[in-house]
Amino acid sequence: MYDYIIIGAGINGCFLAHELSKYDLDVLVLEKGPDVASGATMANSAIIHPGHDPKPGTLKAKLNVRGNELYPSVCKEMDAAFRQTSAFVVATNQEELAVIHTLHEQSQTRNVPSEILDRAQAIYLEPNLSDNVIAALNLPSTGIITPWEVAFNLMEEAILNDVKLYLDTKVLSIIARPKTCYIDAKSGDSRYAYEVITGKGNFIGSNIINAAGVYADEIYSMLNPIDKFTITSRKGEYFILDKLPEPLVSRVIYPIPSSKGKGVLVVPTIHGNTLLGPSSEFIDDKNGDFTDTETLEYVRSQVKKTVKNIPFNKAIKTFAGLRPTGPTGDFIIEESFDFPGFINIGAIQSPGLASAPAICEYVMDTIIEKQVILKEKKTYIKRTKLPILYKMADSEKQKLWKENPSYGKIVCRCEHISEGEIIDSIRRPLGATTLDGVKKRVRPSMGRCQGSFCQPAIIEILASELNISVEEVKLYNEGSNVVIKGESN
Amino acid sequence: MREHELIVIGGGSAGLAAAIGAHKNGLKDILIIERADELGGILLQCIHNGFGLHAFGEELAGPTYAERWIYKLAETSIQVKLNTSVISITKDHIVSYSSKEEGYAKAKGKSIILAMGCRERPRGAIAIPGYRPAGVLTAGTAQEYVNIKGYSIGKKIFILGSGDIGLIMARRLTLEGAEVVGVAEIMPYSNGLPRNVKQCLDDYDIPLYLNHTVTFIDGHDRVSSITISKVDDNLMPISGTEKTFEVDTLLLSIGLIPENDLSEIAGIKLSPATKGAFVNNELETSVPGIFSCGNVLHVHDLVDYVSKEGESAGESAANFVLGKSNDKSESIDVECSSDFGYILPSKINILGDSPVEFMYRIKKPMRDVTIGIYSGDNLIRKTKKKTLLPSIMEKVLIEKAKLGESDIRIAIIKEESI
Repeated sequence: MYDYIIIGAGINGCFLAHELSKYDLDVLVLEKGPDVASGATMANSAIIHPGHDPKPGTLKAKLNVRGNELYPSVCKEMDAAFRQTSAFVVATNQEELAVIHTLHEQSQTRNVPSEILDRAQAIYLEPNLSDNVIAALNLPSTGIITPWEVAFNLMEEAILNDVKLYLDTKVLSIIARPKTCYIDAKSGDSRYAYEVITGKGNFIGSNIINAAGVYADEIYSMLNPIDKFTITSRKGEYFILDKLPEPLVSRVIYPIPSSKGKGVLVVPTIHGNTLLGPSSEFIDDKNGDFTDTETLEYVRSQVKKTVKNIPFNKAIKTFAGLRPTGPTGDFIIEESFDFPGFINIGAIQSPGLASAPAICEYVMDTIIEKQVILKEKKTYIKRTKLPILYKMADSEKQKLWKENPSYGKIVCRCEHISEGEIIDSIRRPLGATTLDGVKKRVRPSMGRCQGSFCQPAIIEILASELNISVEEVKLYNEGSNVVIKGESN
Repeated sequence: MREHELIVIGGGSAGLAAAIGAHKNGLKDILIIERADELGGILLQCIHNGFGLHAFGEELAGPTYAERWIYKLAETSIQVKLNTSVISITKDHIVSYSSKEEGYAKAKGKSIILAMGCRERPRGAIAIPGYRPAGVLTAGTAQEYVNIKGYSIGKKIFILGSGDIGLIMARRLTLEGAEVVGVAEIMPYSNGLPRNVKQCLDDYDIPLYLNHTVTFIDGHDRVSSITISKVDDNLMPISGTEKTFEVDTLLLSIGLIPENDLSEIAGIKLSPATKGAFVNNELETSVPGIFSCGNVLHVHDLVDYVSKEGESAGESAANFVLGKSNDKSESIDVECSSDFGYILPSKINILGDSPVEFMYRIKKPMRDVTIGIYSGDNLIRKTKKKTLLPSIMEKVLIEKAKLGESDIRIAIIKEESI
């Protein structure tokens, strides 16, 4: 029996798996997708919001501020990129100016650093702000990360410390075993244990953490069809722009928030691209992460209101992500009343990413500490750093090349990623098994050609490393094979 | 750090010709740096014929055309580094590169020729809506998979864009046993050469949907269908005109962009019209001693012209190194009217007496047009054209003496739009 079965390997599942791996506990993570970070963690704005805008008194407000505080040290510890960029909320008329004053006061009560800048001050720092911007709320503690990098690194270290991860494993149903099944170590009371039925076998856990993103409602209703909650998908569509000779913006640019969220943003990314988006529309289909002409046009029209000189012709990619939205507008983070030991982490929409380390801390402090005895492992293994060559000085690169010549062979010409790094990404403890997996770990195909030059090479490296045929290599999920078996005659 | 008389970046059609051109004109110490494991560049995957009519007076397949140049190269002292990627170039001609054999190293060129070719625009460049399944790939990538690596990329295929590679691949995949169900082109005319439309689509009964674009890609793992829509005069999809095709593959042939990442690093000024460097009539960029030729300068229609331009760049680089270059202190500018996509060169040195070959492309098809080239207000050349197509790069050679000392301008004198 597992002490904890975590359902979902998104950012929250990864933070909890990593935290639990520090203790003498048996932990299993079940992930429906072919890789870690395959849902909302993969497709979002990648911003560590400062915590200026959630409604007072909400979990969102509390955990966002705390999450923002934790990220710099978490990223440092996990060898993941974090950059404190600061952000502007920009006002274009008197009504909006009043809103940024309110946000400023709200920030002050939360100890979120903020200041109001007039147009001249704002333009000095961000010359591409649109001509109708009259003032900006500066939020210096805002940061950016690469969300899946944080998730991968956390999960990789968790695996090194005996957490089991099953990918491509969809939970089909959950059964509460008889009440006598599990004796609570702390209280001595007997209670349910939970059997999780999947396509890859059945697993029993004394505690379950439901971190299933847009599917968290379905997971919980498998166990409790009466007292359930509903998660609705809110779709966000984005553009990614190529690296520009001069950055368009160096900070996150927010418009004035609305009932739909923080609005359509202009965001610098860790690797020097620019992200434009998201839109915000409720959809019925939890698989409906497609883009459409009207919405992309809407994103274009919205970002022009805050930023000028946007080179839309430098777009290299568009994508859509789904955010899990709950009934109250706040996060749902609680142990089930009817089913003790079953923890729901649901409705983690924005600022979910920014709150993730604080959500983990909150779950540990308020729920898990009451459930189990936390005894630290005697030996804890730190993951080794992944060498990232483009960041290194020539002398460092040369040293690596001497150890392994394949670090000298550039495969991805746009991002300068070597064959050695691609092989590393496959051989790591949480190794890539797909083209997208390689791309997310070490970035080949992320650049301006989007893989048209390097994909044929990477597909062969994957096939050779995984000892499969090239036809078996997938872009991402089951059935997404890139080249197909020819009917040779 | 080794210093060479000339370093050529790229060993495709432009780079090969450039190195040979420089050698012919007196350079001995020439190095070609090529990232692939053999010379020839994109020609190696162009196994169809049609190359060499101008350069060799016969019709060759791409690899054969490349081979001819590689044989010429073998007769020289030109050195080649294969499997070697250039990472950066500086204004003072220091080239950083890496390879399995040497690791991370640097070399210096008294002169440098940029011959990196071009890349294809990916799906994201035109924001094709829909899901992001496997089975969406650029025509050139498909060409590499099929022609070089021998894989099959799909059984039922739709092609967006009527660029030449897309057209060539429509025929190629049909011959490979795939079903190509159609080609959509957003413009009212094909972007490929007329002979390719005829030989690759018409001859195989593959329909070409002009004024159409792809407005949805469906499929959660592999492409399951694509939808095309007719577009209005502003190229926006017209609702109600959708046609859906059940296919497993969408090929993209939606434009080529000169690959000037390295030029940007070197601080070379690029033209928004060509996406290549601004060059003078000696193909020299804004950085002295760095020259540009082939598809990295502007996207050509025929490889023969790429080779010719490469040879000219080689000659210019040789003159530069041997101190035979003309003084550049006085030059005139060259510009085009809004009917034209671009004209090259963008600058002409007044000194020197070699004739100047102008290359230009029209923006939209025109019939029965007269083109005028002016030096200041003086008409110095009048050319009548029965048809002008955006897919065809036009050339005109003018003696130096005629050009005079005023800025040059090309414009339409008389036209009848198609």
